[in-house]
Amino acid sequence: MGAGHAHRLYRHGHSPVHRLPPHCKLAAVLCFVVVVVSTPREAMWAFALYAVLLGAVAGVARIPAGFLLKRMLIEVPFVAFAVLMPFVAQGERVEVMGVSLSVSGLWGAWNVLAKGTLGVAASVILASTTELRELLLGLQRLKLPPLLVQIASFMIRYGDVITDEMRRMRIARESRGFDSRGIRQWGVLGKSAGALFIRSYERGERVHLAMMSRGYAGSMPVIDEVTASRAQWARALALPLSALAVCLLGWTL
Amino acid sequence: MDAVTASLDVSGLAYAYPDGHQALFGVDLVIGRGERVALLGPNGAGKTTLVLHLNGILTAGSGSVTVAGLPVAREHLAEIRRRVGIVFQDPDDQLFMPSVREDVAFGPAASGLRGPELEARVEKALGQVGMAEYVDRPPHHLSFGQRRRVAVATVLAMEPEILVLDEPSSNLDPASRRELAEILRSLDVTVLMVTHDLPYALEMCPRALVLSEGVIVADGPTAELLCDEGLMRAHRLELPFGFDPRSVDTRS
Repeated sequence: MGAGHAHRLYRHGHSPVHRLPPHCKLAAVLCFVVVVVSTPREAMWAFALYAVLLGAVAGVARIPAGFLLKRMLIEVPFVAFAVLMPFVAQGERVEVMGVSLSVSGLWGAWNVLAKGTLGVAASVILASTTELRELLLGLQRLKLPPLLVQIASFMIRYGDVITDEMRRMRIARESRGFDSRGIRQWGVLGKSAGALFIRSYERGERVHLAMMSRGYAGSMPVIDEVTASRAQWARALALPLSALAVCLLGWTL
Repeated sequence: MDAVTASLDVSGLAYAYPDGHQALFGVDLVIGRGERVALLGPNGAGKTTLVLHLNGILTAGSGSVTVAGLPVAREHLAEIRRRVGIVFQDPDDQLFMPSVREDVAFGPAASGLRGPELEARVEKALGQVGMAEYVDRPPHHLSFGQRRRVAVATVLAMEPEILVLDEPSSNLDPASRRELAEILRSLDVTVLMVTHDLPYALEMCPRALVLSEGVIVADGPTAELLCDEGLMRAHRLELPFGFDPRSVDTRS
C-alpha cells in the first residue's frame, strides 16, 4: 500500500520549485516538452543544453541525481525498440565496431532516446516536487474537462481500496486451495476480475449516493483556489523560454 | 412537541421500488429537536429505504417528510440535504476526497462557503470528533474508527438539523465504540441512529422506534422496548447473549 503520507513519486521538500503553483509547473513542463520535441535531431548540442537546463531545475529543487536517475528507469521498456532501429532500418549503412548499422536508424534511435529521456526527466522532476492532489488542482485550474479531473481524483482515492479488495479476494481464493498456475485457471481469474468489477461498480453507486447527500449537483465545489502571481509564472516559464531560445538557435545554425 | 418545531416529521410515508416491491407502508414518526432516537428493526424492515427518504434521495410514493418545518421536495433539495446529515455505514463510501480536509470541506463548499469561513467550519467539525490533527491525511491511511469519526465530521461541517447514522457501531472495536458514543453525546444536535446493535441503542438513545415490515410497530423508551420480550421476538430483535437491559442503568 502507499508508503507514509504522500505518494511514492513525491519527494517532500521546501524548495522554490516545490512552492510554485501546480498549474504553472504543469504548463512549464508541457511547453518544455513541446519545444524539445520540435528541435531538429541533428542539433545534438541543443539536447545537451536542455539536459543542463533540467539539471539546473533539479538542483534548485534539491533533488539528488541518484533519485532522479532511478525514477527515470521507468523509461527503459518504452525506448527498448529504439535500440532495434539501427539494426532494422533501411538505407545507407555504416560499420561500427564491425557491425553494419543503418544511418537513418541511428538518427531515429537518437531522436527517440534523447527526446524521450528529456521528457521523462521533466515529468519526474514535476512529480517529485508536486503532490498528486496539487497536480489535480493544477489540471482543474488549467481548465481540463472537470469530468476527467474528477475521474483522476477518484482513482487516487479508491486505487488503494480496490487493490485491497483484490488482495482479499486472492487470499480467499488461495485459502480454498486455488493455485493460479497454468492456463486452465484463467477462467477463475476472469471470474474474480468480473466480481471485482461488479463490487467496484456498486461501490461507485454508494459513493454517488453519499455525494448527493452532501449537496453534490454535478460539479465538484471549489475548496482550494490556486492562484499564481506574475512573478511565479515568470519563474515557472523560465525553463521553457530558455529551451525555446536553444531550439531557435538549433533551427538557425 | 408540536410539529412545527420538530426536527423531523414523517407522516403516512409509503414507498414501492420501481420493480414493484413495496418497502414502506405508511410510516409515521416525529422527532423533537435535540432528541436522540434509535430506529431498530430486523434486516429488510425498510430502515435504509426510510433513511434515503429523509434527504430526498428517494421520493415518497405517498405521505410526507418535513425537516424543521421544510417539506422534502424537489425545489429545496439543496437546503434539505444541508439540514439532514446522513453518515453511511461504510466510511470508504462516505470519504471520497483525497484528503480529510477536502472531504470535510465538501459539503459546506457545495453550499457555497469559501475561504476562511470554510477553513473555520472544517476545523470546528474535526475538533468536535477529535480528529483535528489528521486534517491533511488521506482517508485510507486512517484506522476504521478514525474514518468513522471523520465521516461524522463531514456531516457536522454542514451544521445539520438532524444527524442520521446508519449502523454507527458496525465494525468498531469496543474502545472506538465508546469514543464514538462520547462524541455523539457531546454534540448539540438531533440524532436518529439506525441500528440493530441493541446495547448501543440503549446506551445512546433514551427513545427508540421499531420498524418492521414497513411500518412503525413500537415507539417508546428504549429500556422498556428492550424488556418487552414478546415485541422483541415478534420482530426478530434479539439481545446479545448474557445482556439484560434491566441490569443497565441508563439514567446517567
